[in-house]
Amino acid sequence: MVNFAQGDLMMLGAFVAVTLIGDFGLPWVLGLLLSVLALAVFGYLLDAFVLRRVLGEPQFAIVMLTIGLGFIFRAVAGLVWGYDPQSFPTPYTGKSLRVGEVVVSYENFAILLGTLILCVVLFLFFRRTRLGIAMQATSQNQLAAYYVGIPVKRVFSLVWAISAGVAAVAGILLAPVSLVQPGMGFIGIKAFAAAVIGGFGSIPGALLGGWIIGIAEQFAGVYLPAGFQEMSAYGILILALILRPQGLFAQIQRKKV
Amino acid sequence: MLLELKNVETYYGPIMAIRGVSLAVPEGRIVAVLGANGAGKTTILRTISGVMDPQKGEIVFAGEDIARRDPDAVMRLGLSHVPEGREVFPFLSVSENLRMGAYSRRDRARIAGDLERVYDYFPALADRGSQQASQLSGGEQQMLAIGRALMAHPRMLLLDEPSLGLSPILVHQIFEIINRINEEQGMTILVVEQNAHVALRHSHYGYVLENGRVVMDDTCEKLENSPDIQEFYLGMKDQMPRGVRRWKKRKTWR
Ligand SMILES: Nc1ncnc2c1ncn2[C@@H]1O[C@H](COP(=O)(O)OP(=O)(O)OP(=O)(O)O)[C@@H](O)[C@H]1O
Ligand SMILES: [Mg+2]
Repeated sequence: MVNFAQGDLMMLGAFVAVTLIGDFGLPWVLGLLLSVLALAVFGYLLDAFVLRRVLGEPQFAIVMLTIGLGFIFRAVAGLVWGYDPQSFPTPYTGKSLRVGEVVVSYENFAILLGTLILCVVLFLFFRRTRLGIAMQATSQNQLAAYYVGIPVKRVFSLVWAISAGVAAVAGILLAPVSLVQPGMGFIGIKAFAAAVIGGFGSIPGALLGGWIIGIAEQFAGVYLPAGFQEMSAYGILILALILRPQGLFAQIQRKKV
Repeated sequence: MLLELKNVETYYGPIMAIRGVSLAVPEGRIVAVLGANGAGKTTILRTISGVMDPQKGEIVFAGEDIARRDPDAVMRLGLSHVPEGREVFPFLSVSENLRMGAYSRRDRARIAGDLERVYDYFPALADRGSQQASQLSGGEQQMLAIGRALMAHPRMLLLDEPSLGLSPILVHQIFEIINRINEEQGMTILVVEQNAHVALRHSHYGYVLENGRVVMDDTCEKLENSPDIQEFYLGMKDQMPRGVRRWKKRKTWR
């Protein structure tokens, strides 16, 4: 399922973490875990009460709904936390790591390491656990998933829980370098657009997708009126979904139900 | 009776696909539902397994009314549905597909036992455990779909046209295995088929479905010998006595 609100879930995760750690003074690790948990629960409920109603509607309805949700999340975050960028204190802020000649700030190192760990954990989850395989099964053939007794609706909600939890991790990793503000999710949308354009599950595709978006944004910034630069990722994404929904390098052949 | 349908009516929107069907499946038997394209065979199985809800009527399985329950709930009661057209999980391996069949079970030791048994019924699958399901032949996918249903350790199997798209030899093999499953495990089976020849030969009791209604039911032997079945389902009209004009011939239930 295509989720345009992923970047905004990331932003919410970062704000929750700022609140728990910065304002309430929780220890960093505990605050991180609680934020991820909070977003996961939020993702589950979001599916159970909102997104489940559009299950089976055309892809476009879902895309529109998630874009709308993204707007709502940003507005609510602005009301609750304000629009001023907030800094995010971490135990590793300001320190850097020296490997031979190379100096890497801990913030960037944390992003690298965190992403790596996240990938490994997700990979193991989807390849090895019963629930993870059931999620793949459900996405490959929903009808057959019903027939083997997989609780399809709950599995969808759990997918959203995981996806929101992952977004929270991304938000927390990114927060120290990008500052926390309602608009920080736009980075997420770009990464996501890159994945869609390239085709999910295809690394070269995602890289090419990212490249296309990067170039398009630069051109839009130069040749088009103000505002188009921000919108260009959306534009390309919607175009890609219409013209080539399976992605440039699709590995997943979708079954038409 | 392990499964009983009483006056079931099912709609696709305004279209009434099942028009008051009653049928009964005794424990340990194979019951066949015969019917041409669009007769409503698939719809009956979907209604039983909860993928569709009936508008009216009762569906009683093992003493419980299961009409309008969710498919996973029906499944946990012991009813496994092998859908039409072998709906496998294309990008999971054969063994992962089979393990998904046991999704609602926790008893690891017995799951392993059932896996052995499935591989015993379908040796072709055993050799391809780590292969993607989409790479199997049509017949192997049908075997995988049946094997996956067996992995739930059901009390009863619902089979939707297991012969669809298979060569005559393979159809025969699949039905032989269906008979073995029935005999060795005492499995109750409801099979819907267009291929009346095979279905009648391998089942105990049969229903004939036309336009969403049961028009005839009897033991398979009697059905095989009934002139209507011979003419309209077994295609034996050439053996009719000469001189009987085609237009005079009417199905006796009309
Ligand atoms: N999704 C649907 N929407 C509307 N009508 C449908 C749908 N599926 C089936 N029907 C109609 O319901 C009736 C029964 O269909 P069903 O699929 O149960 O037939 P069947 O006996 O399984 O046929 P076949 O042998 O071709 O599989 C048909 O008239 C069909 O046109
Ligand atoms: Mg059918």
